[in-house]
Amino acid sequence: MIELIHILVLIGLVITAALIVWQKDLIVAAVTFAAFSFLLSIEFYILQAPDVAIAEAAVGAGVSTAIFIIAIRATHDQEVT
Amino acid sequence: MSDSMSKIIRTTADVMFMFIVVFGFYIVLHGHLTPGGGFQGGAVIATGFILLIVAHKLDDFLGWFKKKAFQNFEMSGLVLFIGTALAAIPLGYLFFRNFLCGTGGLFGQVVPYGINPGFLNTAGTIPIMNIAVGIEVLGGLSIIILYMTSGISNHEEGE
Repeated sequence: MIELIHILVLIGLVITAALIVWQKDLIVAAVTFAAFSFLLSIEFYILQAPDVAIAEAAVGAGVSTAIFIIAIRATHDQEVT
Repeated sequence: MSDSMSKIIRTTADVMFMFIVVFGFYIVLHGHLTPGGGFQGGAVIATGFILLIVAHKLDDFLGWFKKKAFQNFEMSGLVLFIGTALAAIPLGYLFFRNFLCGTGGLFGQVVPYGINPGFLNTAGTIPIMNIAVGIEVLGGLSIIILYMTSGISNHEEGE
């Protein structure tokens, strides 16, 4: 059972990482980065590191997403080509 | 950032703020028993304040919490940490000595032998230092985001 969850989390990490790069709307990319951090913290928890998982969930999904959203609001929310 | 987000986001942020802060204080206070500690709990509490900053107008947030309050949080955390470390020297011990461990007073209960679920009133000065680090990280991370948002507001007003 834990092997199946582990494989699903790894597949989700690859999919979200690809979506962050290909996404044109930067707000959507920032929220996808929060989902990536959440999946990464589940991966840390499966690998027996709950301390790192809490730090990743707080700093990666919380603080850095807020920094991205504040920076995007000060500029444009579309990717400049 | 002169505008606030929609009413749904503001109401959700107001409700979630209390639960996030209570969970963060749980992580800080149980730092010597369960995973987590001062930094992790402080980062979780700061996430609650950052949620309010992102969801509301900056002026509304500064009406509820002053910038000076976060600076005082950071300062008092550092002073409490170094004060606890220095308090061992007048009692005749070395710097950073755990002088409260096993004395029976505050955080001084002796840990019983064998398998047990963990007791909150143990471990001496380690919970006090966890609380100090938690307060310090809460003030530090919140004030980073607060000054970043203030800089954007000043830039928009200047244009």
